[in-house]
Amino acid sequence: MKKILAVDDSASMRQMVSFTLKKAGFDVTEAKDGVDALNIAKSNTFDLVISDVNMPNMDGITLIGHLRGLPDYKFVPMLMLTTESGLDKKSAGKAAGATGWIVKPFNPDQLLATIGKVLR
Amino acid sequence: MSIDLSQFYEVFFEESFEGLDAMESELLNLEPGTPDNETINTIFRAAHSIKGGSGTFGFSAVADFTHVVETLLDQIRDGQRQLTQVQIDLFLQSVDCLREMLSALRDSEEPDTQEAQALKAQFEAILAGDELAGLESNQVTPDDSSNTAVEEESRLGWQIQFKPGKDILKTGNEPIYMLQELGEIGDVELDINLDFVPTLETIEAEDCYFNWDIKLKSDCDLAKVDEVFEWVVDDCEINITPLETLVSAVDEEVSENATELGQAPAAEAITPAVEPENQDSSPAQSAKVTESTPAKKDNAPKNAEASSIRVGIEKVDSLINMVGELVITQAMLTQLSEGDFDKAKLVSLQEGLAQLAHNTRDLQESVMRIRMLPISFVFSRFPRLVRDTSKKLGKQIELKLLGEQTELDKTVMEKISDPMVHLVRNAMDHGLETTEERIASGKSEVGSITLNAFHQGGNIVIEIIDDGKGLNTEKIKQKAIANGLITENSDLTDEEINLLIFEPGFSTADQVSDLSGRGVGMDVVRRNIQALNGSVELASTPGEGSTFTIRLPLTLAILDGQLIRVGEHIYIIPLVNIIESLQINLEDVNCVGGEYDVLRLRDEYIPIIRLFDLFNHEPDSKKMEDGLLVVVEHDNEKIGILVDELLAQQQVVIKSLEANYMKVEGVSGATILGDGTVSLIIDISGAIKLAGLKKSVRRSIEKAVVDLESA
Repeated sequence: MKKILAVDDSASMRQMVSFTLKKAGFDVTEAKDGVDALNIAKSNTFDLVISDVNMPNMDGITLIGHLRGLPDYKFVPMLMLTTESGLDKKSAGKAAGATGWIVKPFNPDQLLATIGKVLR
Repeated sequence: MSIDLSQFYEVFFEESFEGLDAMESELLNLEPGTPDNETINTIFRAAHSIKGGSGTFGFSAVADFTHVVETLLDQIRDGQRQLTQVQIDLFLQSVDCLREMLSALRDSEEPDTQEAQALKAQFEAILAGDELAGLESNQVTPDDSSNTAVEEESRLGWQIQFKPGKDILKTGNEPIYMLQELGEIGDVELDINLDFVPTLETIEAEDCYFNWDIKLKSDCDLAKVDEVFEWVVDDCEINITPLETLVSAVDEEVSENATELGQAPAAEAITPAVEPENQDSSPAQSAKVTESTPAKKDNAPKNAEASSIRVGIEKVDSLINMVGELVITQAMLTQLSEGDFDKAKLVSLQEGLAQLAHNTRDLQESVMRIRMLPISFVFSRFPRLVRDTSKKLGKQIELKLLGEQTELDKTVMEKISDPMVHLVRNAMDHGLETTEERIASGKSEVGSITLNAFHQGGNIVIEIIDDGKGLNTEKIKQKAIANGLITENSDLTDEEINLLIFEPGFSTADQVSDLSGRGVGMDVVRRNIQALNGSVELASTPGEGSTFTIRLPLTLAILDGQLIRVGEHIYIIPLVNIIESLQINLEDVNCVGGEYDVLRLRDEYIPIIRLFDLFNHEPDSKKMEDGLLVVVEHDNEKIGILVDELLAQQQVVIKSLEANYMKVEGVSGATILGDGTVSLIIDISGAIKLAGLKKSVRRSIEKAVVDLESA
C-alpha cells in the first residue's frame, strides 16, 4: 500500500484529504505543521507528501526544502496545497523542490486525479 | 469517488470559530503602522484557512468575502500597505460578519450576505485605492485558454517534443507518468531519443537524459496537454504543435493507420477520445453538486453548538489510567467471589470495595474534567467588548483578566457568558466615571475593569470588579420607593438597598442609554445565574468601586445533596443551599396572620415551609417540635424547611425531569439512589413559590413580626 504524509494545520482540510486518500486505498499519516511533519518523515518513509503552504511553526515550502535534502526523500513526489491567490508561491515551492501543486479549493475527485500524476 | 463532505463540516466550523477568535484577539493587539510580522501572519493564516476550507466545502459566500479580507491582509503583510485604524476596525467587523455567516451555515441556514456585501465593497474600495500589481494576480490565472480558443475546430491531435530537464527526477516528477497520462487522453505514438545519453563513465545515475517525440491522437484542446506538463514546464523543453499541420506537411513515415485517420471523417477519429475528456471535465460539475448538498441537508442538528468538545490528550490518558485501575479492582473482586466465601475473605472484600469506591470517585472526577474548559473561552470576548464600548462611551477603560485558566463545565460556561456581558457593560456604563469626573476626584484617568475567576470549594467564583464611583445607595433607595418596592420607613441596611437593583423592573439610569437599560434588567442577570444553581452578590464602596461576585457550581451534572425524609418519601436538598439544621423550639415560633409560621432564630425571622403540606405527604408527625428544620438560603433570604429526618449526604447525578417527564413546580430534577429508588431534588426557589411565600409576603411577615414584638 502506498504511504502518504498529509500536512495541514487546518483539521478539517487534513481530515478531508486523509479520508479521501484512505478511501482510495492509501496508507495516510497526518501531520499538523511543518515541524510535526519533518519529525514524522524522519522516522518513516513515504511515497508521497502533500503539504499545505501557510502553516504555523514551519511553512510547507520550508518543509519541502528540508525533506528534499534528506536522502530518503530525494525522489519522493511532494505536492503543495495552495490557493489561486498564492500562485506566486508556486515558483518558491518549485525552487525548494516541490513536485507540483494542487489548487484550493478542490474536491476529492480532483485531489485523486492530481495525485494520479505522481503515484501510479 | 463520492465522498460526503458534510462529515467534515463540524471540524471546519470549530476550527473556523477558533481562527476567528484568534484573529480578533490579535487584531485587538494591533496598532496602526507597520505591525509585527508574526501578529499579522497569524491573522492572515486564520483568514486563509477559512477561505480555503469554505471554498473546499462549498460555502462560497464565505469564501468570496474572505478573499478580499485576505487580499488586503496579504498586502499589509508584504509591506505594500500601511495598516490604518480604519482597516483594523474593518477587519474586526469582518470577524463579526464571518462569525454570523458561519453560525448560520452551521445551523443549516442561509447566511445573510448583506453585511458581507457592504464590507466587501469597503475592502474593494481600499484595494482599488491605488494601483498595486499584487491585485492583478487575482484575475490573471496562468491559463492558456486564450490560445486554445483559436483552435476551436476539430483536430487530430498534437505533436509534442518533450525534453525533460536533467534534474527532473529530483523534484519527484516522473516523465514516464506524464507519458502514461497522455496515453489516457488519447492514442500515443512515442519516439525516444537517446542522443543525449552519455557514456557509462560520465553518466549520473540520478539524472534524466532521455527525450521524446510524441504524437498524441486526440481531439483534446491544448490546455489539456499543457496540464500534463503543468508542473515541469519551466524546467523542460516542451514544444507542442497541432498534429494536422504535420500530417499535411507530410511525413512519409507516418503509419498507414495515421494516414487513414487524416482522411477519415473527423467525427470518427474523435469518438474514442471524447470519453476521457468528458470524464476529466466532470470535477467542475461535481463541485457544484457538493455545493448544493449542504443546503438540502435538513437532518443536521440545529444548534450544533454543544455537540462536540475538544479534550486535551492528558485528560484522556488519565481517564484510561483510571479505567485500568478499575479493571484491576474488578478482577480482584471477581477472584474473591470464586469458590466458597468464608470469613477470611471478608477483609479482602471490604478492602476491594473501598478500592472500588476510590476508583469510582477518581473516574468520576476525571470524566467531569473532560467537560471542563478554561474560562478564557468566555473571558476572551471581553477585550473586544471593552474596546468597542469604551470608544462609544468616550471613556478610557483598561481590562484586566485574572485566573483565565480556571476551569468550569462547558454547559455552565455557555450560559454564564450573557449575564457577564451584561454586568461588564453595566460596570462600564454606570460604574466607571467619565475621564473628567475621574480626574476631578483625583483618580487615574483610565478606569479599570477586572475579571477574576477562581475555584472555591466545589464552586467557581467569578468577580467583576470596577474602580468606579460605586453604587449610589441614596438614589437606589429613592427609586425603590418610587417603584413601590420599599416604603419610606423601611429599615434597610445599605447592602440590602444595593441588592434592590436585582429586583424586577428596577433601573437607576437617569436616561436609558444605548448600552445598558435596554429592557434587560439586573433581575434577568440574577435569574439566569440562579437557573444555573448559582448566586450573585454585590459589594460596593462609594468612590472606590463595586464588585459583583458570581458563584456557580462547577458542573450541572452532579450535585452534593442532603437526603431528607418526609414520611416514606426521600428528597434531596442541594447542600450548597443549606445553612444549618436544627430542632425547633416552639417558643421561638410565631404565627403571622394565622397563616405563616415564623421562627425567630438569633436575630432573624425565618418563614417555615412544611414539606409534607407542600408535597401532600403523610409525615411521621405533624408537630413541629418532632421534626427537624433545615434552614436554607436563597436570594440572600433564609427559609426553614420542615422535614421528618435528615439522612445521608451524598453526591447525586442529576437527571432532568423536564427532558424525561415534564417540568414540576418545586422540583429541579431527580436522581437514582443507591438502592435503585428515584428521589426528587428540591428546587428551593420553586418550593418557596409553591408555598405562596412571595417576596412581598415575606416582607410583610417580617414587618408583622416586628410590629408584634414591639407591641
